Amino acid sequence: MQIKVTINEKMMELEAPYDEFLMDTLRRYGFLSVKKGCNTGSCGLCTVWLDGKPVLSCSVLSVRVNGRNITTIEGVQKEAREFADFLVKEGADQCGFCSPGFIMTVLAMKRELSNPTEEDIIHYLTGNLCRCTGYQGQLRAIKKYLGVV
Amino acid sequence: MRIVNQPISKIDGMDITTGKPVYTDDLAHGHELAVKILRSPYAFARIKAINLEKASRIPGVECILTYQDVPKTRFTMAGQSYPEPSPYDRLILDEYVRYVGDEVAIIAAVDEKAAEKAMKLIKVEYEILEPVLDFEKAIGHPSVVHPEGDVTVNMDIGMDKTKNIASSCKIEVGDVEAELKNSDVVVEGTYYTQAQAHAMMETYRALTYFDHNGRLTIVSSTQIPFHVRRIVARALQIPMGRVRVIKPRIGGGFGGKQTASVEVFPALVTLKTGKPAKIIYDRRETFACTTSRHAMRITVRLGADKEGNIKAIDMQALSDTGAYGEHAPTVFAVAGYKTLPLYGKARAVRYMGHAVYTNKMPAGALRGYGVTQGTFALESAINELAAKLQMDPAELREKNIIREGDAHPVLGETPEGKPVVLASSALDRCIKRGKELIGWGEKYPRKVVSDTKVRAVGMAITMQGSGIAGIDTASAVIKLNDDGFYTLLLGSTDMGTGSDTTMAQIAAEVLETTMDKIIVHAADTDISPYDTGSYASSTAYVTGNAVIKAAEDMKKKIIEAGAKLFGVDSEEIEFDGEFVRAINKHQSLSLDEMARRLISGEGKLQLVGTGTFGGDTSPPPFIAGFAEVEVDTETGKIDVIEYVAVVDCGTMINPNLVRIQVEGGLVQGIGMAMYEDVKYSERGKMQTDTFMQYKIPCRKDIGKITVDFEPSYEPTGPFGAKSVGEVVINTPSPAIAHAVYNAVGVNIRNLPITPEKVIMGIMEKK
Repeated sequence: MQIKVTINEKMMELEAPYDEFLMDTLRRYGFLSVKKGCNTGSCGLCTVWLDGKPVLSCSVLSVRVNGRNITTIEGVQKEAREFADFLVKEGADQCGFCSPGFIMTVLAMKRELSNPTEEDIIHYLTGNLCRCTGYQGQLRAIKKYLGVV
Repeated sequence: MRIVNQPISKIDGMDITTGKPVYTDDLAHGHELAVKILRSPYAFARIKAINLEKASRIPGVECILTYQDVPKTRFTMAGQSYPEPSPYDRLILDEYVRYVGDEVAIIAAVDEKAAEKAMKLIKVEYEILEPVLDFEKAIGHPSVVHPEGDVTVNMDIGMDKTKNIASSCKIEVGDVEAELKNSDVVVEGTYYTQAQAHAMMETYRALTYFDHNGRLTIVSSTQIPFHVRRIVARALQIPMGRVRVIKPRIGGGFGGKQTASVEVFPALVTLKTGKPAKIIYDRRETFACTTSRHAMRITVRLGADKEGNIKAIDMQALSDTGAYGEHAPTVFAVAGYKTLPLYGKARAVRYMGHAVYTNKMPAGALRGYGVTQGTFALESAINELAAKLQMDPAELREKNIIREGDAHPVLGETPEGKPVVLASSALDRCIKRGKELIGWGEKYPRKVVSDTKVRAVGMAITMQGSGIAGIDTASAVIKLNDDGFYTLLLGSTDMGTGSDTTMAQIAAEVLETTMDKIIVHAADTDISPYDTGSYASSTAYVTGNAVIKAAEDMKKKIIEAGAKLFGVDSEEIEFDGEFVRAINKHQSLSLDEMARRLISGEGKLQLVGTGTFGGDTSPPPFIAGFAEVEVDTETGKIDVIEYVAVVDCGTMINPNLVRIQVEGGLVQGIGMAMYEDVKYSERGKMQTDTFMQYKIPCRKDIGKITVDFEPSYEPTGPFGAKSVGEVVINTPSPAIAHAVYNAVGVNIRNLPITPEKVIMGIMEKK
């Protein structure tokens, strides 16, 4: 099927089989930041924004995004690098495989929550798994980035 | 030190976090054949017939390979130095299938859809055999998991495959039985650890193609490129010189990628078809068709006098290696070698038993490599001994632990035949500091919070090694480029740990230069110097020492080359990292200028520094771990309130990266302790094969994590460093079990420590 979408502020026409998920379509079209970590919508690695809201692209059928806005980390590089700098300074980047999805969730959280507490942050990010860091360094980075004491 | 011991950012950090296409699948060009595996639905069966007629007619199918199409030479997928201790007990595809998920056929097609369609149309006729599913009943079971006659071993590993024994081991010092008899107090307990999954975020994957020289190139998410080259060459029966292995960025390994679980499949497809091929395991295959931690049963007997002086330690172990023997003998042995020396005052120690074959997924290497299992058993028993002695468990440890300067025969033997001396340890300080941080004095053993909630603390200590003494080696090559910057060539495999960065720090420190002047390249078997790979807690210590040697060699060569250019003796040359000076001539040359002149017609000299290192000992890092938990006495629910770990890993090459290693390892350890349960169906199918069933900790599951350091100085380590990557996972299971005991008086000896087990224990007590 042909779908028309805006990806990272560019209009695109994509061919996607009716049973293909957005994550596979995006990778097929070269948005290689999008990673797959599970097959069950459990890990958060494939997070992109759909109309500005974080979604698991492994659980969204491509045909359902016709006419909508997709943002991947390729589209928000400046902002992503600002946060990544905090993450890397904590040493909390580690293998990096979960980072694009994680960063997309962090940036969405920044837009959605004002003055979040530590508890709010942990709750918002619960769906983003990481096996390397034990989450503590990520939390330190977020708190510094958001200026949360 | 200017650069070593500094919290320098990972050199690849900004790019890997912001989505640059640098992992294996990102490097595929999109036209590789998709490789899929048809897997056995039975735990144990013999293939009687395979009918490919309908399947091969599916458009787009390139080839379907069965056991009749593979070389008949058995091999091991374990990534270990040759000659591997792991038995050569597998073929790429075999007539026998030995667990649910074992490979039956390899399907390669133009896309995944075609491959999957074909897979469904393959008709296999099986002779179903009685599987061995309970590892405690494996020895002497009527079914023999490996009935074939051509299994070979490189050394005596105590295999008796007619009894399903993959390997046997015995470590013994002194007379354990006599010491136990003479002990005032003896405790005995049997402990079980589960087959934990690595659950790295990037699943297993590899792509293969023939290059312009007709050589088989494998791009793989692996910790062991050099071992993969050798394993694939043997499995495919082609010369090693025809294989090249490239490791791009890796999305986590944890030991899983120390086994070459997937490379042979696309490699065989490329060999047969001449075409590029790619295999990507989904999460189910990663859980159920690769390797896990070895599940173990360890019975511990401890003997002590009334004052708490430990006289004897006896550990009788049984390890479940599953269908194949990857890492079976070594994981088994290490569980003893890296636990027995902890209590150096014991007069007699023994560790013995077998690793057995079963019809379950093979076990392999996983962070901790047996020590995690051994530590749960020994440390739980030590805590039970303290309870029986009515002694503070911290005090019991302080009384008995090995200390810096103590010799212990299980640590190894010197060339003169004497027991190796522990050259560095701050374990005593780690215990002291940990007690302060957790508030041991006020909190031990418990505080009743309400009618239904009790808070309590528990503890455990552990050690590991740093590389494999006398076996594993690493090399480093440093090249001076024509603008005065260096390329550091490594064969170690940064799987996210940041080892490329720490190795660059070491090189920059020795060469007195800045981080931006060191370009790191790793790893490509055609280019990189030999390194056994990043496993066995080896990279900081083994590769780190090789980098020091290479950098010193480079420095020496810069000075020699400077002497030649100035026409003076080397002794008259000074090099400060930026300038080469002839002391007496008052002449100087910047390094970049000198580098340009050296590679020009004038100098005709490419400077290359090299270094190779292999450890004579394997210096242990130490940790004292402390858990505070809250137990709900009505439901058995356990919350970790705080986990404190105080670490002695010698000098920290990069304090930030070390801290994250510790935090990440602790959380992986908490997962093993409390959440990560492995369940099989009655017929031997793994049921916990997705993140829905196999729960790794999320942000809400772990409580507060407090990490501190009490560094010793390891004289053989690079700048005094020891390893940190594995030791970090060992303490949570025994410390949390101890805290639960202190809270409600229930000893959980079977991991994971679930609310069900705790509440059952509470009810049994009533």
